Amino acid sequence: MAGNIRLEVVTPEKSVVDEEVQIVVAPGTLGEFGVLIGHTPFMTTLKLGTIRYNDTEGVERCVFVSGGFAEALPDKVTVLAESAERRRDIDIQRAKSAMERAQRRLEEETEKEDRDFTRATAALERALHRLKLVETKRSL
Amino acid sequence: MPSLKDVQNKISAIKKTQQITRAMKMVATSRLRGAQTNMDMFRPYAGKFTEVLGSLAEKSGAESSPLLIPRDVTNNIHLVLCTSDRGLCGGFNVNLVNAAAKFVNEKSGSGISFSITNFGKKGRDWCRKNDFQMTDEYIGVVGTRFGFNVASNAGQKLIDGFLDEIYDEIYVVYAEFVNMARQIPTVKQLLPIPPIEPAEEEPKDQSSDYLAEHICEPSAQELLGALLPRNIYVQLYSALLETSTSEHAARMTAMDNATKACGDMLDNLTLVYNKARQAAITAELMDIVGGAEALRG
Repeated sequence: MAGNIRLEVVTPEKSVVDEEVQIVVAPGTLGEFGVLIGHTPFMTTLKLGTIRYNDTEGVERCVFVSGGFAEALPDKVTVLAESAERRRDIDIQRAKSAMERAQRRLEEETEKEDRDFTRATAALERALHRLKLVETKRSL
Repeated sequence: MPSLKDVQNKISAIKKTQQITRAMKMVATSRLRGAQTNMDMFRPYAGKFTEVLGSLAEKSGAESSPLLIPRDVTNNIHLVLCTSDRGLCGGFNVNLVNAAAKFVNEKSGSGISFSITNFGKKGRDWCRKNDFQMTDEYIGVVGTRFGFNVASNAGQKLIDGFLDEIYDEIYVVYAEFVNMARQIPTVKQLLPIPPIEPAEEEPKDQSSDYLAEHICEPSAQELLGALLPRNIYVQLYSALLETSTSEHAARMTAMDNATKACGDMLDNLTLVYNKARQAAITAELMDIVGGAEALRG
């Protein structure tokens, strides 16, 4: 079906995306899924990753998301994420320093399976994802 | 009759105080605007979240998560007390602390112990004075710009405590922002999560209908399990935002009143000053006139 679907990405701090798009591809916990207009009502949790969408001109855009869930309706996709950034808003310096910090922490307490460890792993993963997103798109 | 010099000193002192209160009022006004914007930014998220959660809860029944199940015996009650870091905001902190104290009084009984997590210096000071057991304190959060991660870190700790059965019930005490002139100290239950009401009545026909057809991935229960902890963060974050906004509003009102009171005092003192000056002039004139009369006589 031709036509545009509305995409909204909101975090507790601000609304990141609110626009008409052609297609949305998002990383669900059980696998990546794409949404076009007229999608059946659907709800899922999201894993750490990238939401890709084509804007009305067909240009692909990317948004980094972590910790959230998405709801798809026939005419609208809502993503509620704990943090989300458009690719151009990603702070490379900050992501790099976060990555280094997390790596250092992981080296210090490699064998401990405690909460700090999980937190550091999660932080590392987030940082790596941000950097990856920035870099892959730059080479295109 | 106070001397002219005394009155003059007092007037200049009050003028300086007025300058300070006026400056504080303006700072509070601009901070208030910032805090209100934060609240407005958060509202769409919170609204959507509650809506989704309500319909999921309806679908998957009560006992799907340990966070929903009340304990048979409640021995350990935990309070999250949100106050401000600074004073000079009228009865704001006193009201919050009184609400907490009242709550503790109502709940206290044999074998019940209380512990407190503090956001804000004023609440912490109160806990120290009254020898409450404090588990955590977060200073420098309320009243500033803070991110969601503050709420999610603190919320995670609370959830861990609840699941490890250190706490049986968790409440949050915060100042609900009604309008500029009204901030109501409110006690709200965080854990176990009170039964979630399905989304509000009006749009119910559509929302429950469309959600009934929703495909959920993973299952509705699992989805709910993943969302409930996040609900705690959302509640906590909104409590903190409300408290922040209320603090600035309370300070603004308090400082506005102080500035006005300073103005009144200045008016009165100026009157006193003028009277004293007039009296001095009259006395001097009388002297001169008296002297002249004496010479002529």
